[in-house]
Amino acid sequence: MIEIKDVRKSFSTLEVLKGINLTVSKGEVVTIIGGSGSGKSTLLTCINGLEPINAGQITIDGTVVHAKDTDLNKLRRKVGIVFQQWNAFPHLTVLENVMLAPRKVLGLAKEKAEEIAVKQLTHVGLAEKLNVYPNRMSGGQQQRMAIARALAMSPEYMLFDEVTSALDPMLVGEVLDTLKMLAEEGMTMICVTHEMAFARDVSDRVAFFHHGVMAEIGTPDQLFGAPQHPDTQAFLASAR
Amino acid sequence: MLNYTFHWNQAFKALPQMLDGAVVTLQIALLSMVLGVALALTLTAFRLSGSRILRGFAATWVEIARNTPALFQIYMAHFGLGNFGIHLSPFTALLIGIAFNNAGYLAENFRGALKAIPDTQARAGRSLGMTPIQAFRLIVLPQMLRVAFLPATNQMVWAILMTSLGVTVGMNTDLAGITQELNARSFRTFEFFALAAVIYYIIAKLVTLAARLLAARMFKY
Repeated sequence: MIEIKDVRKSFSTLEVLKGINLTVSKGEVVTIIGGSGSGKSTLLTCINGLEPINAGQITIDGTVVHAKDTDLNKLRRKVGIVFQQWNAFPHLTVLENVMLAPRKVLGLAKEKAEEIAVKQLTHVGLAEKLNVYPNRMSGGQQQRMAIARALAMSPEYMLFDEVTSALDPMLVGEVLDTLKMLAEEGMTMICVTHEMAFARDVSDRVAFFHHGVMAEIGTPDQLFGAPQHPDTQAFLASAR
Repeated sequence: MLNYTFHWNQAFKALPQMLDGAVVTLQIALLSMVLGVALALTLTAFRLSGSRILRGFAATWVEIARNTPALFQIYMAHFGLGNFGIHLSPFTALLIGIAFNNAGYLAENFRGALKAIPDTQARAGRSLGMTPIQAFRLIVLPQMLRVAFLPATNQMVWAILMTSLGVTVGMNTDLAGITQELNARSFRTFEFFALAAVIYYIIAKLVTLAARLLAARMFKY
């Protein structure tokens, strides 16, 4: 379970998160929608401790993320994250990209890491690309590789930060299908996205962020069907 | 006007001796590169450190190495240090002078290479549970080496050519030193130096070629 309690976060004088409260249970899929600069991506990088927070608390299965004695490297093994820019490691083949962390972080033997990597890459439809370098692949393929790379660590939670925003429109579908598949398999996920149809389809709950505040949260039917907050209504009207 | 008669035979007879000198030249250049890379990595680390003193030290080194004549740097290692009672052999002084120069240029090269790797690469590594050192060693460093590699081969060629400055501090076993001694005995300046120049040229070309082959093997992406 991920518990976010009254989290505040500023970049110098700009407060981007103004007291966020959110609890995500095991197996739940929560998507976060909202305009640019609403703080939704920042929240994700705070959850896995890549960014410090100014106030409040985030706990993952009882571990306080920003406590001084928390081993973030260990915590991150169970919280995978995939970014808008997939950040493929260009000097490694697709297979090596996915094997690297299981070998070096989890300390698995080469054969075992390779087995896991092949399995995950097959899962995201890249079984044909094992020995290719990332720059020989499309953005959608690289993004799916990045998802496999995160999954190879056997995370319990996955964070997706606008993973289709940097893709050509034609390639968005293949990545969303991959996310949908994960959701159906029961992965606990928090997805920041601009894809409204996707949010409506896969989410257990959808949250709307506006200027650093979670203005509204509810089931897809509630939020898309009968939004309560005027800002949600305005956002959804413009998004359609 | 052109009443000089070429005597190439004398030069060609001395070829084995000159090639022995070329081996010494290559040794000094290689050693100076090994030292230079080690020093440049240290300087790069200093420049990224939190200490103002270390940063200043590294910046001063780079500034002097890149903006003063290599000849002075070698002179300082031999005669300059000699004034303080530190007497280095011509070989050591030449090696130190060139290594000093290499370190300055290579440190700048490494800094540029480091800047060319986006921060998001290390961040992606960290998000997979890597420590900062793992992320640097496994993700940033290999990419950085690729960017820095070809400029570093230029420095290697430059180091080979700089060894010829050793004659000014009494170096007499490298290609330039041997050529100079042969010249002093025979006064066949043109022949000996032309032959030496061809040898320098061939070494430089071979080193560049070897580096390109190595790069093609090492960096496959």
